[in-house]
Amino acid sequence: MTTTEVVDMISVVIDGFEVSVPKGTLVIRAAEKLGIQIPRFCDHPLLDPVGACRQCLVDIEINGRAFPKPQASCTIPVEPGMIVKTQLTSAVAEKAQRGVMELLLVNHPLDCPVCDKGGECPLQNQAMSTGQGETRFEGTKRTFQKPINISSQVLLDRERCVLCARCTRFSAQIASDPFITLNERGALQQVGIYEKQPFESYFSGNAVQICPVGALTGASYRFRARPFDLVSTPSACEHCASGCDMRTDVRRGKTLRRLAGDDASVNEEWNCDKGRWAFKYVTALDRLSTPKIRNSDGILVEASWPEALAAAAAGLSANKSAVLVGGRATYEDAYGYSKFARIALGTNDIDFRARLSSDEEREFLAAHVVGSTTTYRDIDGADQVLLVAFEPEEESPIVFLRLNKQFRKRALKVTAIATKLSIGVEKLKGEFVKVAPGAEASALSSQSLTNKSVILVGERAAESAGLLSAVAALAQSSGAKLAWIPRRAGERGALEAGAIGNLLPGGRPVSDAAARVDIATAWSTQSLPSENGKSASEIIAAVNSGSIGALVIGGVDPLDNSDSAQTLAALDKAFVVSLEIAPSAVTERANVILPVAAVTEKSGSFLNWEGRPRTFDSAVADTHNRSDLRILSMIADEMGRSISLATVTAAAKEIASLGRWDGAKISLNKVSVATAPSLSSDQAIITSWRRLLDLGTLQQGEENLAATSRQTVAVISPKRADALGVKDGDRLTISTELGSVTLPALVEEIHDDAVWAPRNSRGSQLLSQLGVAHGAVVKVAKA
Amino acid sequence: MTKLAPVLSAHWDEKDSFTIDAYTRNGGYKASKKALAMDPDAVIQLVKDSGLRGRGGAGFPTGMKWGFIPQGDNKDHYLVVNADESEPGTCKDMPLLLANPHVLVEGCIIACHAIRAKYAFIYIRGEVTHVVRRLNQAIEDAYKAGHLGNGIELVLHVGAGAYICGEETALLDSLEGFRGQPRLRPPFPAIAGLYARPTVVNNVESISSVPAIINNGAEWYQSMGTEKSKGTTLYSLSGHVKNPGQFEAPLGITLREILELSGGIRAGHTLKFWTPGGSSTPLFTSDHLDVPLDYEGVSAAGSMLGTKALQIFDETTCVVRAVLRWTEFYKHESCGKCTPCREGTWWLVQILRDLEAGKGTEADLAKLLDLCDNIMGRSFCALGDGATSPITSSIKYFRDEYIAHLTNGACPFDPAASTLFEGANK
Amino acid sequence: MSFSDKDLATMESIISRYPRSRSAIMPLLHYAQSLAGYVTNESIELIAKLLALETAEVTAVSTFYTQYKRKPVGEYHVGVCTNTLCAVMGGDAIFAGLKEHLGIENDGVTTDGKVSLEHIECNAACDYAPVVMANWEFYDNQTVQSAKDLVDGMRAGNPPAPTRGPNTLVTWKEASAVLAGINDGKANEGLQAGTPSLLGLKLSKEGK
Repeated sequence: MTTTEVVDMISVVIDGFEVSVPKGTLVIRAAEKLGIQIPRFCDHPLLDPVGACRQCLVDIEINGRAFPKPQASCTIPVEPGMIVKTQLTSAVAEKAQRGVMELLLVNHPLDCPVCDKGGECPLQNQAMSTGQGETRFEGTKRTFQKPINISSQVLLDRERCVLCARCTRFSAQIASDPFITLNERGALQQVGIYEKQPFESYFSGNAVQICPVGALTGASYRFRARPFDLVSTPSACEHCASGCDMRTDVRRGKTLRRLAGDDASVNEEWNCDKGRWAFKYVTALDRLSTPKIRNSDGILVEASWPEALAAAAAGLSANKSAVLVGGRATYEDAYGYSKFARIALGTNDIDFRARLSSDEEREFLAAHVVGSTTTYRDIDGADQVLLVAFEPEEESPIVFLRLNKQFRKRALKVTAIATKLSIGVEKLKGEFVKVAPGAEASALSSQSLTNKSVILVGERAAESAGLLSAVAALAQSSGAKLAWIPRRAGERGALEAGAIGNLLPGGRPVSDAAARVDIATAWSTQSLPSENGKSASEIIAAVNSGSIGALVIGGVDPLDNSDSAQTLAALDKAFVVSLEIAPSAVTERANVILPVAAVTEKSGSFLNWEGRPRTFDSAVADTHNRSDLRILSMIADEMGRSISLATVTAAAKEIASLGRWDGAKISLNKVSVATAPSLSSDQAIITSWRRLLDLGTLQQGEENLAATSRQTVAVISPKRADALGVKDGDRLTISTELGSVTLPALVEEIHDDAVWAPRNSRGSQLLSQLGVAHGAVVKVAKA
Repeated sequence: MTKLAPVLSAHWDEKDSFTIDAYTRNGGYKASKKALAMDPDAVIQLVKDSGLRGRGGAGFPTGMKWGFIPQGDNKDHYLVVNADESEPGTCKDMPLLLANPHVLVEGCIIACHAIRAKYAFIYIRGEVTHVVRRLNQAIEDAYKAGHLGNGIELVLHVGAGAYICGEETALLDSLEGFRGQPRLRPPFPAIAGLYARPTVVNNVESISSVPAIINNGAEWYQSMGTEKSKGTTLYSLSGHVKNPGQFEAPLGITLREILELSGGIRAGHTLKFWTPGGSSTPLFTSDHLDVPLDYEGVSAAGSMLGTKALQIFDETTCVVRAVLRWTEFYKHESCGKCTPCREGTWWLVQILRDLEAGKGTEADLAKLLDLCDNIMGRSFCALGDGATSPITSSIKYFRDEYIAHLTNGACPFDPAASTLFEGANK
Repeated sequence: MSFSDKDLATMESIISRYPRSRSAIMPLLHYAQSLAGYVTNESIELIAKLLALETAEVTAVSTFYTQYKRKPVGEYHVGVCTNTLCAVMGGDAIFAGLKEHLGIENDGVTTDGKVSLEHIECNAACDYAPVVMANWEFYDNQTVQSAKDLVDGMRAGNPPAPTRGPNTLVTWKEASAVLAGINDGKANEGLQAGTPSLLGLKLSKEGK
């Protein structure tokens, strides 16, 4: 991306060295450029300057005029003619800093030996660099009750707090969740919550991470380790498509914590609590460790790898086979499945969309998403952002933070076409365009966008017929940038890898002969199947009708789809080879189970929603678990149809060598909107989405995290509430022929025809309990 | 000898002085009528020419402050009156508002016109129920009389007990509904004040001085006071004097003159130390009786004119006790935002408590002074600076008395001797 | 406690005074104290709802200012100025005397709920020192005995009138309503100025 902004540069002299920095740069950061570290606590490059701790005092003169007293370098932008003297060259600054440090420690408990922050503590470190060995304070220290829970996940030790207000400013300025505030006054000032509203922000872990002392600690890491016992590995988050840069800290082979990494173009220095605190699933799940095969009595028994691979190869060779791969596969693994389907199985019958999907969506992905280059930067520069079937705070939290940043900075206009007003959209002061579930497309026509606008469409758009067609048309007519933001980390990579029936790797249409030749040549094969493959639901139907006999399945939960009964029947019927990390509804029905490595145990990459590679190394050493790619390669070898992808590096190299398709794209055949159902008074149209914190598989074993999730409620409009005689908190039953859920009611901004409930939260697992999640008619009654 | 010159206080002795009838009877609301007919810039120029300077302590020229408000910027402008009078010793604005709230209302109307503001707020401290009543009634009556509501709205905002809200940016945060903690400057209120809009923040006495200036002209006002400190002001005499009270005089009068006028130190006692402008202004002693009480004179003598709160203490008063109590005040009122003030006042109080009890050594005095050096000029706002003033100035003038506590092992003073009801029944 | 429609209407009218609603948080807290005597959780939750704030934000403000109480105070809340000047001139003795007389400590409330006691900072009446405030009304030039008489009057239901204030002492809740900006019709009661306030004027008229 080229940038045409002209930046005014200003030269200043710091400790005798000249440095040129962009206008507006703060003195403290200009000094950093020279390698001069001015001690600081309240300063944080992503928070508004506050000048509270006074640790960064320096002497400043401008054009020969000296400030009468030392200035906080974290609040003063550079100016032409400025001469700065830090602690290194000014005795006044040095004494001022030493004085402030002494004062900071007056009320600090100095309990470093039992503090989790010890060893990586800015207070400890700067007390060494800037403080004096012994205190002159002989008086009484302020005491508070030692640590208090401000949520199930975060503990606060007020004695250690230096009141830098980083945490409270983060919560207010970045997350727009001011659930923690500075309370009381003077020396009794303290961080706190309202006693009945815990610090349940989706982003609370960032406050812990940026605390410069041991005042805020996370329950899951508390007393677990010393920083110097940890081995840190750069990693990428596997929880969603935001693409956070992360750091994984491992002690003796066990992940103890994960921190947000620093990537200015993606997550800046933040992440969400799911990404930070949901990692125990790797060990909490009853991990599969040994291959299993179903014996002649129909019982799964442990097997050696050669036995299992032979059984898998035999079953797949004997049947017409298809591939279902979940949206959590890495880019390289997805590429492995894609190539395996074509080379080993000779089919295009592959689909990564282990969720509600549509043929319209598959065409949309091939026509408008694969190869798309919309990025976070486009959000930064957008004149407005339109959200369609997408709740950023719940479904891609870093996208929410970016929208919020622009909203706070320049009142970015956000419009949400949605069935229900969400907390996230409220925080963005977004315009809420209320639609009935299924009727989203009708609201698009009234949107006036420009070529500076950005449309962010979520994966749930596939659940409303005609919506993606309308989105594509709006993008085309307005020139607005379009981005599709799936929930899962692997979907964009799987799309690019061709793990879908209508595309080969690099966005090459299956239907295009030249595209097929490209790939066939690269793969040194004569030809590739030329028919578009079946979609996931077609594959299931084909198994049940007998035209497909075997399935290779990796990382798919059958309960993520509405026709789970159909899926389970197909699994019972087909010869199933399951590549999994833990027992599931698929492994229960599999003929061969091949255990695979979890994401922390392997290297690879994800493509986030932008299509940006997020590479990572194995964080846990000494694991014996193999990647999906490696195992697929072994099955293919066993089948005598090698895919030659023994390692992640080999796959990455091969992907890179293929390059991108620059020929014509598939065009999207416009799908029309379904007619609205007519409702009787006891009926409504169901609508739902998944909350960030819910019953997702990767959140298993995280009790503290789960306890901060939002309350499970059923949302209806005031009109319906009146008709039903229901008020907030009354119990409401939503039912279909399949079953029902009964939840506390919440009367809110939602379309009168709709009822909303979380898709996969405690007490509300709609796909398994109701069999529907969006757009279908359900019964709603007061319980 | 400088003569008293009641302007603001000229009609306080009329029983109904606080009513709109009395105010109008004495010529009230003529100035606003006159000013509203003038070009706003001409009003600003008149106030500039008068030489009126801020009466809240800093002494910044009022007209110049008004002139900083950008004109023609199509933004809302605001006037905010600082009536959060809380500096220890300061007691001029409350009697003014009790006796004549309408002069402030009229001043607000004129200032709003000058700075093109449609909204004015009076931020009054919350611990004065009856003053709130009077001011609220005055505003109501001014609306009824049509002085307010025709393009100028005036809202009374009542504080809730926080000295720091006298700091203008803390006041603005408080008025916006936040904790009253000072803001970073720049931006200054003239550019981004209340609701991030251009805002003038003036003290009660400054704004109340404006109607008389409009009525009588800049030259009249200029004719009073000293070279750089023009006009009259309220001096508040309190403490060990025969007759405490309010004395409105041209700037530049001396304490000696005020004491002579009012009857002097209480019978049988002598002046020991005093504050020229509240507890945040360095102490003076009997050596400073002839310092002209104007901005320059007091500054040249090593203190600040401040709020002209002349707190007088006689020889019965223990200066260590007095300073400790002020320090406890600053600790109680520190907003908590910055380290030096928050932690420093916590520590200062502990050292001073020991010193007053006669515990410690002379080295503790050095530590105390070094600590003050680490707070003064290192804090976020002037509250931290103010906290050090009584300490450093008292050690300067009364070091021996501190030492006496240490050698004595206890405070050598009898607190009963300092009370007004000394010897009386308790 | 619950809030009546009249309470809610008053609160809405308080909010409407300001160009931006959040500014109303302080008068709303004063008003909440006029209803319940202190800032209850219910009032924090209601104010948060009315101003579209989080409850933590209201808590942050309410705990910053000393006049907002998080537990009940007496029907008459007595503040004794113990800042330097008043303390030296008798405030310390008055405060000690009241503590002993009432049998309560700083921030305490008498068991009958009539009187609570607090040492306060400078209340801008130094020329009337030593000063005692009751429900934030001025009681000037106090002695230990006059202060004891004052609290005895409170407990007996007939406190003396403030020195510079209305003809009778209002209750804590009534005073809180005044601080919320509600006119109780008593503005015209009481002195326009006490003797010290008039001293300079008097001397001037005598030609000084």
